[in-house]
Amino acid sequence: MEERYQLNKELAQMLKGGVIMDVTTPEQAVIAEKAGACAVMALERIPADIRAAGGVSRMSDPAMIRSIQESVSIPVMAKCRIGHFVEAQILEAIEIDYIDESEVLSPADDIYHVDKSKFKVPFVCGARDLGEALRRIAEGASMIRTKGEPGTGDIVQAVRHMRKMNSQIRHAVSLNEDELYEEAKHLEVPYELLKQVHDNGRLPVVNFAAGGVATPADAALMMQLGAEGVFVGSGIFKSGDPVKRATAIVQAVTNFSDSKLIAELSSGLGEAMVGINENEIKLIMEERGK
Amino acid sequence: MRIGVLAVQGAFAEHINKLRQLDTESFEIRQQNDIRKNFDGLILPGGESTAMSKLLTELKLLEPLKSMIQGGMPVFGTCAGMILLAKEISGCDSPCFGTLDITAKRNAYGRQLGSFRCTDRFAEKIIEMPFIRAPYAERVGENVTILASHENRIVAVRQDNQLATSFHPELTDDITIYKYFFEMIENRN
Repeated sequence: MEERYQLNKELAQMLKGGVIMDVTTPEQAVIAEKAGACAVMALERIPADIRAAGGVSRMSDPAMIRSIQESVSIPVMAKCRIGHFVEAQILEAIEIDYIDESEVLSPADDIYHVDKSKFKVPFVCGARDLGEALRRIAEGASMIRTKGEPGTGDIVQAVRHMRKMNSQIRHAVSLNEDELYEEAKHLEVPYELLKQVHDNGRLPVVNFAAGGVATPADAALMMQLGAEGVFVGSGIFKSGDPVKRATAIVQAVTNFSDSKLIAELSSGLGEAMVGINENEIKLIMEERGK
Repeated sequence: MRIGVLAVQGAFAEHINKLRQLDTESFEIRQQNDIRKNFDGLILPGGESTAMSKLLTELKLLEPLKSMIQGGMPVFGTCAGMILLAKEISGCDSPCFGTLDITAKRNAYGRQLGSFRCTDRFAEKIIEMPFIRAPYAERVGENVTILASHENRIVAVRQDNQLATSFHPELTDDITIYKYFFEMIENRN
């Protein structure tokens, strides 16, 4: 299992510098792949629509996920509900490349997350801070992403989460070794994982940005803040010209510090998703799963 | 010796770290400006070949890098890098550089559950080989030398100035393949 975990962390390393796009049909998956996505997230409804529809949101139909797997050569990810290990078993059975145990869906367990160390397929999980990130890694996650606030087109929460995580990592690096025990208690995380953060100055796994990315500038902002890649959910297929926007976001992630290029990429993209800001929403997804 | 590492997407940082450990100067290639400098070798890292291919075209890197490779620039492709170099990709009409006379099969070992680590012979040495959603060469041309096979699948090849592996030496502690690549560069100079 140790070797499997290593291979799963390494798959995340291959995704770095890339954009993972939410898609709901094989046609959208093909558009995403052609636009340069490094992976797609197969789901029945994108977060903005989940938010609009309300009710209970579950894992997607495996037949729908399979049809997306058959239409592209890039890795295909899919979401299971927090704590719903049977949905995760189903996704493993159809050989998904990555499972996102996601706060976007309605949680199935309000205490426990999936014991991800029991699975052969890799998991990515959302986190708002270093404590959440290291707890998910302790449970077996081999990739982390910021939670942000999905389906809003508002980048503020993703920025908040990335900045907080980075600041906590810098703090962990600055501590003396004997102070790490107390910090591990404070963060409610295993000492060994915090020690790794202290020694290497980074999370032990790849860390992407997610939640609220709607423009090439949003994507570049997250990369400049230290994200190793970007998930774009509702931002692409809720916009006026998905192909153009997807292509522009992919290029902005590669050349995230070239402001002239990003100015060009941001020009004439058509309408961005309308968006909704944090004071206007009732359902706060980021609070799911601590 | 300076080595340019294609850095449009994928695990380029892992190659750069490895080169640093080997006291070899390297730099990232993200756009046309980056290849105006002089360099002696080119590394195409692991990642997603479709994403890299698209970015190479859009960032107008494809043609200049291709003519450098055709002009004899030593190049080393790992995993997706092998696919970028391949003359033919099975199930896909459009090769990327298309300079290496092989037919590459993408995701040849299946999805992530098919990823594995093994040890096998490369040239004269037994080395560690991590395969991650890896390709292999289904066919090789007459001028291509097979440097490694694993379970009868061709996983490392060379054609003149081009070296390609299905697996990821940058994810192991072994430096055999880097040394091999450095020799290719030195022999050219």
